[in-house]
Amino acid sequence: MSLRSLSCEQSLLARCDGSARFKHGETSVVAAVYGPGDVKPNKEIINKATIEVTFKPKTGLPGCAETALEKILQDTCEAVILTSLHPRSSISIILQVEHDDGSLLPCCINACCVALMDTGVPMRGFVCAVACAVQQSGEEIIDPTLEQEQSAAAVLTFGFSNESEIITSHMIGQIAQEKFYSALSFASSAAKTVSDFYRSSAEKKLSKVRSCMSRNESMK
Amino acid sequence: VLSRCEREFILRAIRDGQRLDGRSTYDYRDITVSFGSERGHVEVQLGSTRVLAQVSCQAVKPRANRPAEGQLFINVELSPMASPSFETGRPSKQTVEINRLLERCLRESRAVDTESLCILAGKLVWTVRVDINALDDCGNLIGCCSVAAITALAHFRRPDVTVSGEDVTIHPADEKNPVPLSVHHKPICILFSFFGNGDFLLCDPGYKEEAVMDGHMVVAMNKHREVCCVQLGGGVALLPDQILRCTHIASVKVAEITEKIDFALLRDERVRRGETVAMEEDDADFITKSQVDAVEVQDVEEPIVVKKDWQESGDESRVVVVGHGTAVIGQGGQSQWDMDDDNGDEQFEVNGGDVDDVTIVETKPKKKKKKKVKKAAPVVDVNDDCISEEEDTVVLTGEDIGGKKPIVDGEKENGVIDLTAALKRKKDQHTKKGKKRK
Repeated sequence: MSLRSLSCEQSLLARCDGSARFKHGETSVVAAVYGPGDVKPNKEIINKATIEVTFKPKTGLPGCAETALEKILQDTCEAVILTSLHPRSSISIILQVEHDDGSLLPCCINACCVALMDTGVPMRGFVCAVACAVQQSGEEIIDPTLEQEQSAAAVLTFGFSNESEIITSHMIGQIAQEKFYSALSFASSAAKTVSDFYRSSAEKKLSKVRSCMSRNESMK
Repeated sequence: VLSRCEREFILRAIRDGQRLDGRSTYDYRDITVSFGSERGHVEVQLGSTRVLAQVSCQAVKPRANRPAEGQLFINVELSPMASPSFETGRPSKQTVEINRLLERCLRESRAVDTESLCILAGKLVWTVRVDINALDDCGNLIGCCSVAAITALAHFRRPDVTVSGEDVTIHPADEKNPVPLSVHHKPICILFSFFGNGDFLLCDPGYKEEAVMDGHMVVAMNKHREVCCVQLGGGVALLPDQILRCTHIASVKVAEITEKIDFALLRDERVRRGETVAMEEDDADFITKSQVDAVEVQDVEEPIVVKKDWQESGDESRVVVVGHGTAVIGQGGQSQWDMDDDNGDEQFEVNGGDVDDVTIVETKPKKKKKKKVKKAAPVVDVNDDCISEEEDTVVLTGEDIGGKKPIVDGEKENGVIDLTAALKRKKDQHTKKGKKRK
C-alpha cells in the first residue's frame, strides 16, 4: 500500500501573498492566500483573525458540495493558524481544482498548508492530510484514485498536526468500527511522509538563503 | 490602486517610449501553453497572467428555435485568487465584459461549428461548455482567456456517437476514440491600451499599465486576417486610421500567437501518441518545486487509539443537579477576581456603567448560590435640589425600593421588588419637598 507521488510548487502566483500547487499523483489543487488583510466589518472578529475559504471547482458553478468543503477547510485552518495574533483581520484562502483523480479533500488541505507556509502566516504546526478508502472487501487503500473512491464502501479523510493530533476527520460511507481505527492508523503513518515532504520542500525553497548566509559568513 | 508617484512615473516613461518591463510598444509577453491529462484542459501563461480552461460536453435536448444545432457555453470566472479586487458572488463589470466579448468572438463568429454538434435533430444535441478560471491577473486577462478558450476547444475530444434510425449510442472513451470538435478558425483577442488621450498606444499592458490607462480597445482576429470582433472600451476617442492601424498590428500578433498555439497542440498530440517525451523542465533546477515519488506506507503495530476509562476522570467534571432547571459544576464560592474594598461583600458587579440603577434580582427560595444585590453607590450626588417634578428620570436608591437591607441568601420573603410603589413614594417625596421650597 503506497502513497502516490507527491509534488508541490510554491510561490507560483504573482499577485497573491502566497500560493502553492499540490499534487497527489494526478490530483492537482492550487491554493492562494491573501492576508492578513482588511476584513469586512460584518465579518470582523475582535480578538481573532477571520479565516475565509473559497473553493472553486474545475467545471460548473459552485454549489452546496463546494460550500461544505469550504467549511471543512476553514475549520482545519482555524485549528492551526494562530488567529489571535491578527485580530480584526482576514486571512483569505482560495482554492482552485485543476484535476480530480481521487483524494481531493486531503490534496486541498495540504495545498492550504503549504500556501499558508509560503505566505508566512503564523501557525502552530503543519496539517498533513491523507485519505483512506475502505473497499467492499474490507481492504484499506491509502490515497485512493477516483475509480477506487467511487467503488469503495467508505472514504475517510484525516488531517493530522504535530505528528499525533487529529485536526480533521471526514467520512463518506459506512464501515465497521474496527475498520475506522485501522484506517486511522494507516492514515497516521502515511501522514508522516507528507510531513517529511513539507519539511524537505521548505528546506529546498530556503536553500539559496542558507547558501547566501553561509557565503556571507565565509567572507567575513 | 496605484500611488500617484507610480502613476506619474509610468505615464512619463510611456511618453519617453519606455515600459516597466523593458518591452517595446508592440511587444507581447511570452505565451506558454500547457495541457493537462484530461482532454480540453489547458493552462495558458501570458507573462505572469495565468488562466485555466476546461472544456466539457453533455448530450441534451436542443433549443426549440434551433432543433438541429448544438450549443456553446462560455463561462469566465475571475477568481478572487487572481487579484485582491476580485470577489466571489455577483459577476463584476469586468467579468461580464470578458464573458460577452468571448461569446461574440467564439460563438457568433462561428469558430466552433454548432451544426456538427447535432446528434438527432430535435431530440439530442451536444452542448459544449468552456469553463475559464483566471488564476493570476497581471494584465491582459482578455487576451489570455481568449487564447485559453480556443486552444481548449481545439484540444477537446467529444465521445463518438452512432445513430441508427432513432437509436443513439454514445460510445465511452475506451470503446471508440473520441472525436475532435469542428473548429473552423481560431479567433484571438488582442488588447490595446491608450494613454494621453489617444496619443500613446501599448499592446498587451501589464496590470500596472492597465491601472493607469485612459481607454482600451479589443480587436479579435484570426490568422486569415478576418476581424471577428472589435470593442472600444471607452475612455478615449480614436480616429478611424488609428483603429485601422491597430487592426494591422493585431493581424501580425494573431499570426504569431496562432502559430504558437498550433505548435503546442501538435506537440501535445505527439506526446499523447508516445512519439515524443514531454519536455518537462527539470524540477531540481527550481527551488520552489519539489517532488517525492510513491512511498510505501508502513504498517502500524500498536493501535493508535487507546481506549480511555471514563471512570478515571476526576470529580472536577461532575455535574450536580440542584433543582428543577438548575445544575452546578464546580463549587461556586467567593469570586476569584480582585474586588475593591469599597464595594463590601457584594459578589456581583452592576451591569454597565449605570451606577445609579439597581439590578433587580428575583431570588428563588431554593437557590444555593449566594446572590446579593449591590447597594447603589451613586456617583452623582442625588441632590434634591437638582430634581424637579418635570424631570422624567427618577433615581431610585436601594432605600427607596425596599427600605430594607439587600436581599440575602434566598430568603423566603417575596423576592419581587415593587418598583411602582417605590416610584410613587419617591414622587410624593419630591412634591412635598418642592412644595416646601416654594
